[in-house]
This record gives sequence, C-alpha cells and structure tokens, in this order.
Amino acid sequence: MPIKILMPALSPTMTEGNLVKWHKKEGDSVKSGDLIAEIETDKATMEVEAVDEGVIGKILIPEASENVKVNATIAVLLEKGESLADLEGFITTDTPVVKEVILEVTPVEVTPESPTVVNSSSRIFATPLAKRIAGDRGLNLAHITGSGPQGRIVKEDVLAHTPGRSAAVISGPSPFQDKPVSTMRKVIGKRLTESKQTVPHFYLTIDCAIDALMQIRKSLNENLPNTKLTVNDFVVKAVGMALQEVPAANAIWMGDTIRYFTHADVSIAVALDEGLITPIVRSVNLKNLGALSSEIKGLVQKAKEGKLKPEEFQGGAFTISNLGMYGIQQFGAIINPPQACILAVGAGIQKPVAVDGTIDVATLMTCTLSVDHRVVDGSIGATFLAAFKKYMENPALMLVGE
Amino acid sequence: MQSFDLIIIGSGPGGYVAAIRAAQLGKKVALVEKENLGGVCLNWGCIPTKALLRSAEIYHLMHRLEDFGLGAKDVTFDLKKIVARSRAVATQLSQGIAHLLKKNKVTVIKGHGKLLGQKKVQVGDETLTAPHIILATGARPRILAGLEPDGKFVWTSKEAMIPEEFPKKLLIVGSGAIGMEFASFYNTFGSDVTVVELQPRILPVEDEEISALARKAFEKKGMKILTGSTVKTLEKGSKTVKAIIETAGKTHEITVDRVIVAIGIQANTETLGLENTKIKVEKGHIKVNPWSETDEPGVYAIGDLTGAPWLAHKASHEGIICVEKIAGLKGLHPLLPQNIPGCTYSLPQIASVGLTEASAKAKGLKIRVGSFPYKGNGKAIALGEDDGLIKTIFDANTGELLGAHMIGAEVTELIQGYTLAKTLETTEVELMHTVFPHPTLSEMMHEATLAAFDRVIHF
Repeated sequence: MPIKILMPALSPTMTEGNLVKWHKKEGDSVKSGDLIAEIETDKATMEVEAVDEGVIGKILIPEASENVKVNATIAVLLEKGESLADLEGFITTDTPVVKEVILEVTPVEVTPESPTVVNSSSRIFATPLAKRIAGDRGLNLAHITGSGPQGRIVKEDVLAHTPGRSAAVISGPSPFQDKPVSTMRKVIGKRLTESKQTVPHFYLTIDCAIDALMQIRKSLNENLPNTKLTVNDFVVKAVGMALQEVPAANAIWMGDTIRYFTHADVSIAVALDEGLITPIVRSVNLKNLGALSSEIKGLVQKAKEGKLKPEEFQGGAFTISNLGMYGIQQFGAIINPPQACILAVGAGIQKPVAVDGTIDVATLMTCTLSVDHRVVDGSIGATFLAAFKKYMENPALMLVGE
Repeated sequence: MQSFDLIIIGSGPGGYVAAIRAAQLGKKVALVEKENLGGVCLNWGCIPTKALLRSAEIYHLMHRLEDFGLGAKDVTFDLKKIVARSRAVATQLSQGIAHLLKKNKVTVIKGHGKLLGQKKVQVGDETLTAPHIILATGARPRILAGLEPDGKFVWTSKEAMIPEEFPKKLLIVGSGAIGMEFASFYNTFGSDVTVVELQPRILPVEDEEISALARKAFEKKGMKILTGSTVKTLEKGSKTVKAIIETAGKTHEITVDRVIVAIGIQANTETLGLENTKIKVEKGHIKVNPWSETDEPGVYAIGDLTGAPWLAHKASHEGIICVEKIAGLKGLHPLLPQNIPGCTYSLPQIASVGLTEASAKAKGLKIRVGSFPYKGNGKAIALGEDDGLIKTIFDANTGELLGAHMIGAEVTELIQGYTLAKTLETTEVELMHTVFPHPTLSEMMHEATLAAFDRVIHF
C-alpha cells in the first residue's frame, strides 16, 4: 500500500504553510532521514525529512505552492515492490489513510522579525484581562513572563512589564510594536512616493545673510507689544514677494496645462504627532508682516489641534519647509504635487565670510529650492531664489512691498 | 523539648487550615490551642450564628405560608432547642476538625502558647521549638468604655448566641455584619430591635446603594435604625437598661432589656510573648508584610491578628499562602484584598467582592455600572423572594470586573461566581459568554453584567 506524505504542522497552531522546494523528484528513492522538501510559514522555514523508505511515486503539490493545508497529501511514497500502477485509485478515492507518515521537521531558519522565539511553547497562557490590557498597550504577550498558576500571565505581570526588559529579549531580536498605518500616513506615503518617483526634481541652494533681518525683527518685536515676529514670518513674506516678482515660479503642474497664479498662496509644513500637514497662507503678497504673523500662528495652532478645514490645507502653489529650529543647516525637500516648488529653510548660523578681501562674520541661512523641471526651468528657479535672497537680505523692502 | 518543622498557635480557620496544608507538604506540625478546635469562627462565630439564622429564616417563612398556599396551626418555637441545635452544629464541626487534624498527623497541643524568642514556644510546662512559627490567635469583641459587657444586660456576640429568653426590647450597637445578623435573628423572633450606628449608614463597608436598600428592608421588618448616632451611657436598672443615645447633637433615651455590643473586634496580641521578639504591633494589629512575615525572622501572623478584613476565609488563605511560602513553593502571590468576598447572613442577605462604586470613583477609575433587580428574575419570583438587587462595577477601559454587590435571597451563595471571575481576571466578555442556567438566581449575575454595557435583556 503506498504511503501518503502529508503537509506537516510546524507548530500546534499552524493551519497552512507554503511548500517552498522539493529536494526529490518523482522516481527518486528515499530513505529515512533524507531531506525531501522545504516548507515555510510566516514564522519559520523547515526542512522535511523522510521517515519511511521508498520511491517518490507522485508529487501532488508542486514546489512554490502557497497556503497548503496541514495534513494535505503532498506526495505519495511507493514501498518496495510497488509501482505507479498501485497509485491507481489511491489518490483520487477517499481511501482512509492506512499509514500516515509523521514527518520529522528540523527548523533551519527563524526569520528575524519573528517574536515567538521568546516563548518556547506556542500557546501563551494569559488571563482575559491580561490579554485585553496587553492588547490595548500594544505589548506582545510572548515577551511577558507570567507569574500566575503554571506561568499564566496575569494583569500585574502586564502592568509591571516594561518593553525590552525581559532577559530573553536581550539575546533575541528586539521587541517591536506593529501600528496600523493611519490614513494621514497613507496619504503622505502615497503622495511623496509618487512625487519622488514621477516629478523630475532639481535643487538650487543659496545662502542668505540675515543679520539685517535679525536686527529689524528685534527692533519690531521690541516696539510692537502684541506682535512677536518669527524669522519664518519673514521667510513667508519674502517668498510671497519673490513669487510676485517671478510669476513664472508661482505655478503648478496640471498635466496638460500649467496653472499660473495671480497671488502668492504659500503652504507651510507643520509637523504633527502622526505626520505633517501644510496649511495655506493665502495672498501673502497682499498682507503685511504683522497680519501674516498672526495668521500663521492661528493656522499652526489649528493644524496641531486637527481643526483645519479642507480649504485651509488643500491647494497652494508653493511650500516652505523650515527645519532651522532643529539646527539643520541644509536639506532638500520633496515637492508637494501638483506644486512645482518647495523651499527647504535651514538654521541661521554665524559663519566667517570674505567681504572685500577681509574676513567678516555673518549670520547665514542656507535655503534649498526643490523644483519640478516640467514647470520651472533652472533659470527661473535661480531668478526666484535671487529675488528671495534680495528680500531676506534687505528686509526693509518687505515693509514697503505691496 | 519537642521540635517541629512548624508550630502554629491558634486553631481557628487560619491556624487549622495552615496546619493541614503544612502536613500535606510533609511538614511536622504542632497546633497549639487553649480552647476548642476551630476558634471563634467555628465555636462562637460564623457557624453557630448560621444555625440560629436558619431557624429564624424557617420561622419567618412559616409566617408566610399562605403566600405559598400552605397553612399550619400553632406555629411556635423553642429557644432552648434553637440554641441547642446551634451548639450541636458547632460541636459537630469542632470534632470534625479534630478528626481532620488527626488524619493529617498534626500534633495538637492543648494549652496557651507563648513565644519565648529564639524559635521557641512555651505551652504550660513544655517548650516546643521550630524554625517557623505561625501566630493565628484571632481576635475578640472590641470593648468600648461605658459599654463594657457584663454577661447579663450587656452582651457580646458570645452571650447573644446562647440566650435563655428573647429580650422584649433589644439595643444593638454597631451595624456591621455581626450587628445586623443578630438584629435579624432577634427581630424575626419578635424582639423590638433598635440598631445604633456611628457612621451615616448601616453596613458601612458595603456599597452605598446596597446599604440604603438594606436599611429599607430592615426597617420594613420593624427594626429601628439610628445612624450617625452613638450610645453615650448605659444606666443599668434591676431589670432593664436605660441607654442615652446621641443623634446629631441631640440626646434621647430608650429603655431596653438587653444590649448587644458589636462594634468590631480586637486582636489577641497581649499574651503571646511578643515582648520576647522583634514583632511590632501597630494600631492593635501585628505588623506583617504581604507574605504574613512579622519583624521577627521565622515568625508569621495571619488572620484577624493582622487586621481587616476580619474574615475566616481571609485567615485560611493567608495561612495556606504562608505555609506554601515556607515550603518554598513557586508561583505564589500574596492574597489580593479586592478578591476577598464578604457576606452578611441577615434577612435579607448581603454579599460583595471588590470595589464599591464610590471607592472605584475615588480611585479615579472610569467605570461602567450595571444592576439588575430580583423583580426581573423568574426564579426569584417563583421562590417568593423578589426583593433584592445585583450590581456590577466594571472598568470602562479594560473591562475588568472591579466589584460586585448584592442584596437578596441566597446572595451569599452567589457571590463566589463573581469572586471566581475576579480571581481568573475575566473581563465582561467572558461573563457575557458564560451560560447561566435557567431558571436560577444566578441569571441575575449575567443580567447585571449585560446591564453595565447597556445590553440587559429582562429589564
């Protein structure tokens, strides 16, 4: 009677797995201990060894098959003296399995992200309350040592558990937490991947000496009791004015058309706990610094509270991303489609500069413009940056501008 | 000098249970007892009062025979026989313990045990020694100046358990479990009962809602309940006692035949020889850590000696944990106070486990509260016991059963269901999935869980 070779269970909880590779083909003879196949689950890959002796009569599940049910017949082994003719009717009929082969499996590899290696038995005993609290806190019960009867994990064990403190974990892979991707992260991921992959970016970097700007800001803040202008407020204003001066940069890519805006609607990147959002300051060119400052403050506040209305963050022609407050000197930002430009603003840092043959000290702010070449060519981008630099270095112009 | 693995002083529900468990673990155990085996619980507490209350319950039902389509002539009682039955029950159980101890080869030593220090205990002329000594000498009724029991007019629970006749008028000081059980017993047999309680409500450790329902039920049975009140003085006459009671700053007097003082208990620490050890006594109780270890190495204290709750089952469990710790067993946990149920066998009965609604709120927990009345339960109505309530308190965030509170028929038998749930750390989900048999009172436990999550079916 031919012997059925069944899909083995690598763990008591396994219900199905993948048949990765056959090491024997039909007609090969095997003896006990021979490696015949490799199977894998999401947790481990195992080698399957033969227990009985015989000839592989028929392979029923080809290699690279996924989701093979445990105990499904994967091949049939012919014993001595049997031929393929003996398989007639054996595979197709519901003949009860007379002799099951219990395959010996040896683990060959445990994927590094598998957390179950910590707990040797696959079933974890925990009270319902312990499970609930661990779930709520995103803790993996496999990393928690139970102090209850028979090592059962109780509430106190979960409450006392600090991720990463378990001795078993120190030698094994780091514990981790899987968090579902929020809608915001999905949108960020999709849009920026698309941007980086499909928008032909190029980058222009310029240094702005902002000593005069710092001076005028200090003076304004000292004399205007209810206003506290930030450097970023000046950056926004300078961008607005430069966009007015170089309208070719105030544009977005529409596929078949390029849209040029009359006013400067400037988006500002605001970091949130779960991502970022870009509220829009409308018609920057038409507003004075004080008004801009309070409007920006309001928008940032609303953004952090999650209270922005769609029209307050959808649209805009140009984005400013400022990481200066983190001490970042220079970086290149990814364009926020369908916009064509994003200005990455670094920190204002005192540096030695050569002026008329002598070394002077100036506060320099390095700004990098990422540009969509489909919309804005190098010369236009450069002209825009030069205009921006002019306003930043001559801030009085911002006070009299439109 | 006899030497043992373990000496236990006191054979109440803490001591004798610890002795049997230690014997099971292969220890050579000496159990020292100066009176009857079983301690107060068995001889002068839990058990004999349950026998008395059973008589009261049946007598009460006999007055309701018509409700059930029954009748009987000359419904009477014989107090001597009621008390005799109660004593017989106590004796039977005490003898049962002697048998259990013998079976487990525990050496019982009669006499007063006293610590000598250096792991030695003196009993009479004999000195015993063991590396481990458990103190389990329990407690006695607390005595208040002016309310000293005299065995004649002013009783403690002990005298109240063996009355020769029912007092016409009875004053009970203290409305805890002991006070209310005696109030029920005497009230049922016709005594005019007045209960005085210092706190603003009776059964002060119970949930406020249950406490209020209990008061209503007791008053309906004719008891007079004075809360926020104290007994200032007792003036004893030749046959009666005049009690001056102060309520909200005003004094009034009542004349009664007998007074039962049930204002708590006092640990028996005085004659244990603690002065020969490093053991500390704080607020009248022996200071121990969660494993029942005192400040004297090798000496432990369990049960009423160590403080509230003053319950037999608390003593037994502390005894078992203590002995298992001594034996080096693994996976032990100290007793969790919130998992110790409390029962009052008054008519109606009251039972609870865990936090009250007020204490859960005081802890700042976000809770869900459910309750289900006896009126909505088929079995309760069939039994003719449709007065009562079951209440549950869950943690709104985790689904943990924080507390359960009950008043009504047989609640003292029901509370273990919730205690089991708490011990196994079930959430509301497992309780909801549990099949409660129909028709039983226990279905109300299911409904009270559903009610906490706005899913109640029968109300």
